[in-house]
Amino acid sequence: MDVMIQLQIQLREHSAFLHKEGYLDDQFEQLQKLQDENSPDFVVEVVSIFFDDSEKLLNNLAKALEQKDVDFKQVDAHVHQFKGSSASIGAMRVKNACIEFRNYCEAQNIEECLTCMQKLQFEYSVLKNQLEYLFRLEQQIRAARV
Amino acid sequence: MLCYWIVSVISMNWFINSGIVDTKTGLLGDRGKMWLKWWEKISGDGWKIHHYYQYFGSKRVPKAWWRKLLITWVLGWTIVSLWIFCYMRLQATEKRKETLASMCDERARMLQDQFNVSMNHIQAMSIMISTFHHGKNPSAIDQRTFARYTERTAFERPITSGVAYAVRVLHSEREQFEKQQGWTIKRMDTLEQNPVHEDDYAPEALEPSPIQEEYAPVIFAQDTISHVVSLDMLSGKEDRENVLRARESGKGVLTAPLRLVKTNRLGVILTFAVYKADLPSNVTLNERIQATDGYLGGVFDIESLVEKLLQQLASKQTIIVNVYDTTNDLHPISMYGSNVSDDGLQHVSTLNFGDPFRKHEMHCRFKQRPPWHWLAITTSIGILVIALLVGYIFHATVNRIAKVEDDCHKMMELKKRAEAADVAKSQFLATVSHEIRTPMNGVLGMLDMLMDTDLDVTQQDYVRTAQASGKALVSLINEVLDQAKIEAGRLELEAVRFDLRAILDDILSLFSGKSQEKGVELAVYISDRVPEMLIGDPGRFRQIITNLMGNSIKFTEKGHIFVTVHLVEEVIGSIGFEMESPSKNTLSGFPVADRRCSWEGFKTLSGEGSTCPLSLSSSDLINLIVSVEDTGVGIPLEAQSCIFTPFMQVGPSISRTHGGTGIGLSISKCLVGLMNGEIGFVSIPKGMMALVVDPRPVRAKVSRYHIQRLGIHVEVVSDFNQVLSSINSGKTVTNMVLVEQEIWDKDSVISAHFINNLEKVDCGMPPKLFLLSSSISPSRTRAATSSDHTPPIVMKPLRASMLAASLQRAMGVGGKGKPRTGEISGLSVCNLLLGRKILIVDDNNVNLKVAAGALKKYGADVVCADSGKKAISLLQPPHHFDACFMDIQMPEMDGFEATRTIREVECSINNLIQSGEVSVEAYDNISKWHVPILAMTADVIQATHEKSIRCGMDGYVSKPFEAQQLYREVSRHFQSA
Repeated sequence: MDVMIQLQIQLREHSAFLHKEGYLDDQFEQLQKLQDENSPDFVVEVVSIFFDDSEKLLNNLAKALEQKDVDFKQVDAHVHQFKGSSASIGAMRVKNACIEFRNYCEAQNIEECLTCMQKLQFEYSVLKNQLEYLFRLEQQIRAARV
Repeated sequence: MLCYWIVSVISMNWFINSGIVDTKTGLLGDRGKMWLKWWEKISGDGWKIHHYYQYFGSKRVPKAWWRKLLITWVLGWTIVSLWIFCYMRLQATEKRKETLASMCDERARMLQDQFNVSMNHIQAMSIMISTFHHGKNPSAIDQRTFARYTERTAFERPITSGVAYAVRVLHSEREQFEKQQGWTIKRMDTLEQNPVHEDDYAPEALEPSPIQEEYAPVIFAQDTISHVVSLDMLSGKEDRENVLRARESGKGVLTAPLRLVKTNRLGVILTFAVYKADLPSNVTLNERIQATDGYLGGVFDIESLVEKLLQQLASKQTIIVNVYDTTNDLHPISMYGSNVSDDGLQHVSTLNFGDPFRKHEMHCRFKQRPPWHWLAITTSIGILVIALLVGYIFHATVNRIAKVEDDCHKMMELKKRAEAADVAKSQFLATVSHEIRTPMNGVLGMLDMLMDTDLDVTQQDYVRTAQASGKALVSLINEVLDQAKIEAGRLELEAVRFDLRAILDDILSLFSGKSQEKGVELAVYISDRVPEMLIGDPGRFRQIITNLMGNSIKFTEKGHIFVTVHLVEEVIGSIGFEMESPSKNTLSGFPVADRRCSWEGFKTLSGEGSTCPLSLSSSDLINLIVSVEDTGVGIPLEAQSCIFTPFMQVGPSISRTHGGTGIGLSISKCLVGLMNGEIGFVSIPKGMMALVVDPRPVRAKVSRYHIQRLGIHVEVVSDFNQVLSSINSGKTVTNMVLVEQEIWDKDSVISAHFINNLEKVDCGMPPKLFLLSSSISPSRTRAATSSDHTPPIVMKPLRASMLAASLQRAMGVGGKGKPRTGEISGLSVCNLLLGRKILIVDDNNVNLKVAAGALKKYGADVVCADSGKKAISLLQPPHHFDACFMDIQMPEMDGFEATRTIREVECSINNLIQSGEVSVEAYDNISKWHVPILAMTADVIQATHEKSIRCGMDGYVSKPFEAQQLYREVSRHFQSA
């Protein structure tokens, strides 16, 4: 039981931290609310789709930006998709990075785009770590309950 | 600024062309004057500016005036600085002239002195010769003696290069003389005509003197000029003149400057006559001539003399000296100095060498040209620059002032216009409201009449509805009209007798329907001391109370609304003592704010006094205090400051949920103000209620402080029993119970029991339980309690943000009321969507999943498609989809295009069905295919919405899904579908 409470506290603290630091917004909570007995792993499923998608997108983006003549339309389309999916799971910081990225895409500013790309990658990896940690905690709690 | 620079360039040129040394006194004096002038000017301007401001708005000083002043200023100062420059230069020149004069005079005096010394000595020598040569027989002097003597006394005559003595020989004595001397008398003029150089000078070659009446052959000569011995002085033109003049005058006589024999340098010869005996002063000319024995001559080498003299003096380098013989004014003969013609500064000093016949002058000039006078240049430039700067500052200031004036003028204009617009708005409102009221009266009257006619039940219902709506509209217009009237200052109060109690009864009956509907208790109490009849404006009084009560009833769901009327005197009496727990002892038992708090700001009560319009007679004023108390939600703290501002409501959502224009309270305040009354309020915003279970008062105080920061009302109890009794008393709804870990851990049995009891509480929603814990290591006793009911833990230290996050998570997002409305609409959405087959089109897997999850939650049967093409094929009739949610921005085919294609397909099929080419049965007996397509979009730009409608979409929902909006959109289409 001690472990259980400790885990719960950790979970609470962690999600409060994520919320406070702006990694996640209300949309993530909405997502959590969608999770019920019928779909117990809904959030994890969505987020893992998000991870897969994001990694693909980031790869595509990196490739697109490496090209000599950068096709900003293509980049913009990728970033837009990324923005959409991050907004859907409530990854606020990633979404904001995307918004910034799109601005520079419109301006066709390659340096800033590259900076944004790095920022995006960074935000994404941080988010991924944080979420994975969150899920691990949840899993442990579930395991402890059983 | 261009003009300044041109001017300054000109003056600079001036400075370069000339220069002066400045004298300090002059400069200071000028400066003083300038400053004075400057101040006069400045103060003059200042006064003008002031003056201008006084008449601000009514007249405008022309800009040209300032400009003229500025140009005058600049020109004036340019002239002043030029003047300073010239003045300083003049003074310097004067000084230079003086210096030159003194230097020149000094030199002239010295030259003269030296000359005189030599002359005197020569005179003495003449006496010596007269004594020792002519006075003794045989002569005591011969050529050798003379030469030696003169040689040894040469230091006495520093400026003579040699002396010689010529004796007077008559023709009769010539032969004897020549014999005696051993040489013949030689003539000199040939020598003068053919000057020879020292080297080839041979006295023997000279011709003997022709026969003359008398001769003056040189017998003695200093070694330096020994070549002149035997020459007849009378045969030389200059010498003869000199000799003759000398013996006639008896004084030293000078020749004009001449080239000296042998040395060929410029010199003058001084001649003294030696007489036989002392002559009386009144001797005649002839006697003088007859008495002449001989002539003593001294050669003055002026050139070397002057040079020597100048060398003795310091600062010889600074000036150039020229000496002229000016006996003949027209042709001055230069005796010394290079003949450089120069127009520059020069000084002339006269020299007196003791010969009145001869005139000599000394001309002095400075060697160097006068230096540039930097002091004068810098001073005047400096003054000019200062003046220009002052001018510039002045210019800038004037410009600034002009700009500010312009701005101010503009602003005043704008203010006037704004005020006029405000008045116009109020007038417009008043007029329009009035104009609307007139036809509305007609409408209402006609509806009244219609009611009386023979109508069936449905018709009567319609008419009643129409009438109610019309009345509502009229009352709304009245409010707007009042507001406009008040703003336009056209509202006047009546002063008629009225019965306060009757009015309040009326109002009560007005609201009785609503209060019964809501189950709110409505009550009025009027103190006995309030007179039966009052004089005032009953209509307005009624309006104020109606506004307040209407407001109360709007926001009160349960409890009571209580109107009390007292005399102020009564209330003042009661204000002193504490009423016993006022929050519990109320009409309906629900807590209310202490009404006395709302009176705190009133001037009437604080003794400042004011008249009340409600008066029994003109002499007897009655001050009433009316309070309307309700147990509604309360006014949030942040909105309390603007509660009396027109059209302000607590939030935009209020008008949606409760309606109203938001000017009721503002009108009430204005009306009360017109009645010389005051209005105030006190409100305890009813948020959530928290119970903190903690026996330690200090810790409880801290917890209370932090929870109160979130706007949550807090009560502190010391143990579980009190919690239960507090909750069960049912007076307030307790939303949460926060328990200190210490209490929780003390006795696990009691804790478990408490949890059970808490769940059994019959008070709508059971309160949520939280643990306040300071350490993450949990207690051992916890193990005993049911793990399913482990309360969420709030970690200490408590911080507002942390606490908010923890509580929000546990209580559900939002605060008051929101979860409930969310649930309601969520339920409705659920009803609407249950079993519906919905297609979601989105290229983004995450979005797809989330949207699908959200819709599935509401019971919909969701099919996903990840491109527009798939959606088109899925929506090819016949199909069973009830709706389609379509993302707009997709690669390949975007939402607009997909929708357009779907609509085209539907249209063609509908046409086919209509024309009977295909049977309806083939298409599920649906003759008109139109699947509702809702755009899913994250942007809320109106243009996107319009475009989506144009493409055949039926509406839009914004991503991420919000239950309310989803409900609104879906219900629109599902009802129609």
